[in-house]
Amino acid sequence: MLEFENISKSFGPVRALNNINFNVAKGEIVGLVGENGAGKSTLMKILFGSYLADSGSIRIDGKSIQFASPRDAMANGIGMVFQEQSLIPNLTVMENLFLGREAEFTHFGIIDKSRMAASARYQLAKVRLDVDPLTVTSELSFPQRQLVELAKVLTLEEETEGDLVILLDEPTSVLSEEEVELLFDIVNKLRSRAAFIFVSHRLDEVVTLSDRIYVLKDGSIVDEVTRETAEIPMIQSKMVGREIDTEYYKQDLKKPFDETTSVLSLKDISLVGLLHHVSFDVHAGEVVCLVGTEGSGREAILRTVFGILMPSSGTLQYNDHPAIKIKSPYDAVAHNIGYMPRERKVEGIFMSMSVAENMTSSQMQRYSYYGLLKKQAEKELADAWIDRLSIKTQSSHTDCSRLSGGNQQKVVLAKWRSSGAKLMMLDHPTRGLDIGAKQDVYEMIRNMAADGLGLVVVPDTFEEAIGLAHKVIVMKDGRVSEEFDCDQQDVRPLDLIAAMT
Amino acid sequence: MLKNLDIKTFMPAIVLLTLIIFFTALNPNFASMRNFARIAIAASPFLMVAIGVTFIIIMGSIDLSMEGSVSLTAVIFCFALVYFGGSVASTGWIAVPIALLCGALYGALNGFIHARLLIPSFMSSLAMGFVGIGATVLLTGGGIVRINDDIFRSLLTYRIQGFPLMVYLAGFFLCVGIFIQKKTVLGRHLYAIGGAEDLAKASGVPILQTRVLAFALAGFYYALGGMLQVAKLGQAESVTGANLMFLSITAAVVGGVALWGAIGGVINALIGVLIVAVINNGMVVIGLPDFIQDGVLGVLVIIAVILSTNRSSVRFVK
Repeated sequence: MLEFENISKSFGPVRALNNINFNVAKGEIVGLVGENGAGKSTLMKILFGSYLADSGSIRIDGKSIQFASPRDAMANGIGMVFQEQSLIPNLTVMENLFLGREAEFTHFGIIDKSRMAASARYQLAKVRLDVDPLTVTSELSFPQRQLVELAKVLTLEEETEGDLVILLDEPTSVLSEEEVELLFDIVNKLRSRAAFIFVSHRLDEVVTLSDRIYVLKDGSIVDEVTRETAEIPMIQSKMVGREIDTEYYKQDLKKPFDETTSVLSLKDISLVGLLHHVSFDVHAGEVVCLVGTEGSGREAILRTVFGILMPSSGTLQYNDHPAIKIKSPYDAVAHNIGYMPRERKVEGIFMSMSVAENMTSSQMQRYSYYGLLKKQAEKELADAWIDRLSIKTQSSHTDCSRLSGGNQQKVVLAKWRSSGAKLMMLDHPTRGLDIGAKQDVYEMIRNMAADGLGLVVVPDTFEEAIGLAHKVIVMKDGRVSEEFDCDQQDVRPLDLIAAMT
Repeated sequence: MLKNLDIKTFMPAIVLLTLIIFFTALNPNFASMRNFARIAIAASPFLMVAIGVTFIIIMGSIDLSMEGSVSLTAVIFCFALVYFGGSVASTGWIAVPIALLCGALYGALNGFIHARLLIPSFMSSLAMGFVGIGATVLLTGGGIVRINDDIFRSLLTYRIQGFPLMVYLAGFFLCVGIFIQKKTVLGRHLYAIGGAEDLAKASGVPILQTRVLAFALAGFYYALGGMLQVAKLGQAESVTGANLMFLSITAAVVGGVALWGAIGGVINALIGVLIVAVINNGMVVIGLPDFIQDGVLGVLVIIAVILSTNRSSVRFVK
């Protein structure tokens, strides 16, 4: 019902899409995979009316059509569930659901709130989300917001006559296992009414859900596979254009660590409502992965260690040194603790500052002399790390906003490594990165461990946890539910899931 | 290097040149040495204030206390000068560090109230500005403090190459400002906080100290502005700083300093100050009646902002 023919799009000299031919039939779920920068987002945005294609045609049910704006696209039954959440946090759930369409509920300009609420309840029931439509959106958890996002798109069902095309852009990245299943369930139920285009980094999910999969690489479709023939390793190698070692998270790449030197020791740490009696040790050269659902306390541990949250009871001991007290991130940095937050754009990197400036941002003391900057030393440091981690940038004074996600992540790691961090807290270090960049990050994590750093990682996937960690700690409701020693036993994802639930 | 720069970076400078050409075309006397000196004299105190507020804007905050601060430090300077003998050539020189210190302390207090008590800088600095003006009225009893120190007034009267000394002094502190912005940890931290405060915190930037220090630095520059006003006028009173709030913030924005932080710098403030000073002077030179100058200035400022700021990367403005 929806066809793309020879779609091309360029941004300046960069060809983002090259003669794309693409179609979706009614009731079909089509997967779209590709590395970062392969053109997935551009393709989605053309479909949703955010961008205009340079050439080529789009047809719905054989009729040629061109969308000037997302509003146009929605009027034609095309909805998009955004990766980056598009809800306005200070509005209520129902206000978000019907934003821009309040007119349906008004009499002489006054909104009939009870009718809107009733309608909102009906929409929320579709995604089986049991929240009051009058709740302020910021009070919902991320998974709940993702479902509201979906519900908002599903209001198109009542809005439009014809069939729907729903674009799902990385809808599962914040969802837990069960919520993903719920989402898949909802999607499958709606097949009679809608076609879906599903974009995700999680290839296993794409393979499970999609009837057909398009593989994008460098702005072109390089392959189209059906569910029957789809195999993850094959898709991966098509995406990157080379064979990928699918066992990239393999155990034997781990180096043994020094069991005698503890760099971090949590004893009976509690934090009202978030953590309950958490104890574990991190040794020099050890990688500890924290696994659990959203809200299980994984991030709270990282934030506590880094001095952002204050434990209400228990003791934290750094470097076997009982005297060190960390009351703020400033103290943490002073004691060689590094932190790589999840939201790279918001709190991971200074976009408007250069590569060199970012690298020295946590070690101003070393790169200054009585308050004056040592610019030459700063440049030398940056050049050395650009070289060492093969960071792709024009120069050390290029703004970080010009770098790709993977290279930005390298800059963040270089910043902490060069500052001599002995303990690193990594919150989803590979989130949103493509396979190639992910492997670079894995390698850096292993190198850091080999160099004797202690690392606490909240990983994106179970495979990542098992592949990287010496020890996996499973969190549940703020408690340590189980500890797995990956050196001693062969841990499988199912074991971790069992401990989580 | 050059290909990274686009035309928009130079727009403020182009606007400035266009204005100069425009006014010269209307009255060739505009481009005379004497008139340029007049513009430079008017711009000198004003530049100090604009540099001060630029540091705060880079940090993503705002400072509206300059009118109070300039008046207060100007009056304190005059009182101290008279008290310590009346001339900077003898013991009166001590009035200079006293005024600068008062300015810095006043700024530090302003910053402390904002950063420690978590009051938005807009509100805390606006209130502190009124406190400053109130204190000035209290000190002067609503009157005017005059000074009669020829040595100090030589900042205005002694000229090198046609420009009075105060212009060179302002130039010197312009360089100091650029140095602080580019070469010091404080400067770097201002951009870090303006760019992403959470991250700055997570990188170990001492947020509270930096904020207080930035406001103290701004206060120091306001005190410089206050003293240059005294050099220019030979007196101080509670309205010595009048109008500087609108003019200095306008100058920063017209020059290309982004109000949301982390973009622009001291050089932008300089160009913005010159644009505003040229507009002000040009209106007089071409003989615009007094009573419409304020209105025309407002209109021209809006046009200058439209032409000279890069708004393409901004999706919305609040």
